[in-house]
Amino acid sequence: MQTFVQAVILGVLTGGLYALMASGLTLVFGIMRVINVAQGAFVILAAYLSYSLFGHLGLDPFLSILLLMPAMFVAGVLTQLVFVRSLRGEHASEMSLLVTWALALGIEGLLSIGYKTTVRATNTGYANKSWTLGSYRFSEPRVYGFAASVVILLGLYSLLRFTRFGRSIRAVVQNPTSARLLGVNERLVSALGFGIGAATAAAAGALYGIVYPFNPGSHYDLISRLLSIIVLGGLGSVGGAVLAAMLLGVTESVVAVEYSPTWASMSFFAILILVLLVRPQGFFGLRERVL
Amino acid sequence: MTAIRPFGLVRGLVIVGALAAFPFVFNEHWLVNIGVFTLMYAALATAWNMFAGYSGYISLGHVAFFGIGAYTVANTFSVSSPLRGSAYSFTSHAFMSIGSGYRPFYVLPLVGLAVALLSVPIGWVALRTRAITFAIVTLTLLFVFQNLAFNLRGVTNGSSGLSVPTPNFPVETYERPFYFAMLGVLVLGLLLSWHIGRNKLGLMLFAIREDEEKARGLGVRTTGVKLVTFALSAGLTAMAGGVWAYYLTYIYPQFAVDPLVMIGSVVPVFLGGRGTLWGPVLGALILVPAQQYMAYRLGASELYLVGYAAVFVVILLVLPRGILPSLGDAYERWRYRGARVTVQPEEVPAA
Repeated sequence: MQTFVQAVILGVLTGGLYALMASGLTLVFGIMRVINVAQGAFVILAAYLSYSLFGHLGLDPFLSILLLMPAMFVAGVLTQLVFVRSLRGEHASEMSLLVTWALALGIEGLLSIGYKTTVRATNTGYANKSWTLGSYRFSEPRVYGFAASVVILLGLYSLLRFTRFGRSIRAVVQNPTSARLLGVNERLVSALGFGIGAATAAAAGALYGIVYPFNPGSHYDLISRLLSIIVLGGLGSVGGAVLAAMLLGVTESVVAVEYSPTWASMSFFAILILVLLVRPQGFFGLRERVL
Repeated sequence: MTAIRPFGLVRGLVIVGALAAFPFVFNEHWLVNIGVFTLMYAALATAWNMFAGYSGYISLGHVAFFGIGAYTVANTFSVSSPLRGSAYSFTSHAFMSIGSGYRPFYVLPLVGLAVALLSVPIGWVALRTRAITFAIVTLTLLFVFQNLAFNLRGVTNGSSGLSVPTPNFPVETYERPFYFAMLGVLVLGLLLSWHIGRNKLGLMLFAIREDEEKARGLGVRTTGVKLVTFALSAGLTAMAGGVWAYYLTYIYPQFAVDPLVMIGSVVPVFLGGRGTLWGPVLGALILVPAQQYMAYRLGASELYLVGYAAVFVVILLVLPRGILPSLGDAYERWRYRGARVTVQPEEVPAA
């Protein structure tokens, strides 16, 4: 029981971080039916930048988020303008997968040139500290990372829920054509939406670097999980992605402790396949005919 | 069900004949080596196109079947198969005693058939989704199988890899048997694609690609049609994987189920033309030698990866329809040059 609860705590803390990465990915899908396979590469890129900022300037990763989020937001907008906007035709969605996949390969290559392929980690002063509550341990960087993820997710939620811009995003998600007819600048919303997706990756990357060791190839590990999360949650549903991310975190962590770490990630894939059998559109997805 | 056009037949024979003559004309090892990989990607692209190009379902998990084919051949002929000593020992010994030489090529059709059957339940789950979701789900399958290759140590020997004994082919023409085996897989893929394309199955696939709901409404058994083609395509992919494993004589999980092989078998299709018979072959003939040359010149895998990515992005952004369809358009325009065109297709009002 002790180990089980400890595993659940760890799983929730991990899930928060994945929720942050996946929310941006699923939001971008909701707005323009585009899957950004480079989301994982964006996360790793941000992890490296934050690593460098910490190493050279001694900037704490949590502070570097404030720098990285706007920077990656701009990078995301540019990516949308240069690579994604020009895709047309009925297979534009599938093409976007391939283009952003190639983009991920490019980022991986550039990072390998700049940083070599050795595994790194941002070693902050609190990296190995933890609190003890009763008989349970709470690793400090993970708790901070979780808290930061929750804050940013709440920020994203407020942006979507309470601002005019957020309302146009939701309008485009629900029905792009009607949104356009009602005067929403869909092209602008798409570009800025892609930027928001990249910004969540930036924040998640800085946090990821504190908790996990990484190298340029780590993005595959991330994107495989992120894709499963957003399919499970229902494509385009930010709430679904958060729920699925928590499920992923807890499942992996519990299976790793109770059964074997080798099969931890497989267990989540197994859940994904079961859900697809019963409910192909995921938890909160729209019926695919609509998409 | 149209008659065989003599021009098409001649074209096919000339292309295949030229490919078959290649190792006799250029017998340097490195050239034939590039040839083996070119044919492998041509075969993979043709297999992928048969399903994805014809039906419009972009599968990004096909390389999983490549890996299964590779591991099947490696396990059957390995000296160090981890399956030995278990319940499988009888069969693997039976195969073992056959030895290597040309034998792995003879069992290839069996491997293809077995993987085709195995792919049916996998395809059935994945095909419950459509369009972009299907692409994402199959991409997830790729990672699932890579994970399995690492973790099912009893079958794959995990990250230590599996070795297949090096065959005693004559040194000066060592690559030739592999070259012709790959060519065989490619020709089989082309024959199947051609056959499907001119039959009812092809018509049903094209109908699904254009409008699945309408196709279903008209009585096309969409799931069955998609599954059959998926299985054929998966089987062919596995056969290419089998030859690959034997050629390399040593396989590791990260190369047997490699995202780079996946994207490398998709991009030739986009370059050459989706849903065409020769497009994937043309794409592979252009891309793979260029890619191998780049790997040779740039050496360090990092720069190579960047170059690779750049080429893919340019192809996808500049030539999304592919060479053959674009050439077809140009030819049509040239043929009807000067003709007064009253209604442009774009101007037809949407219903």
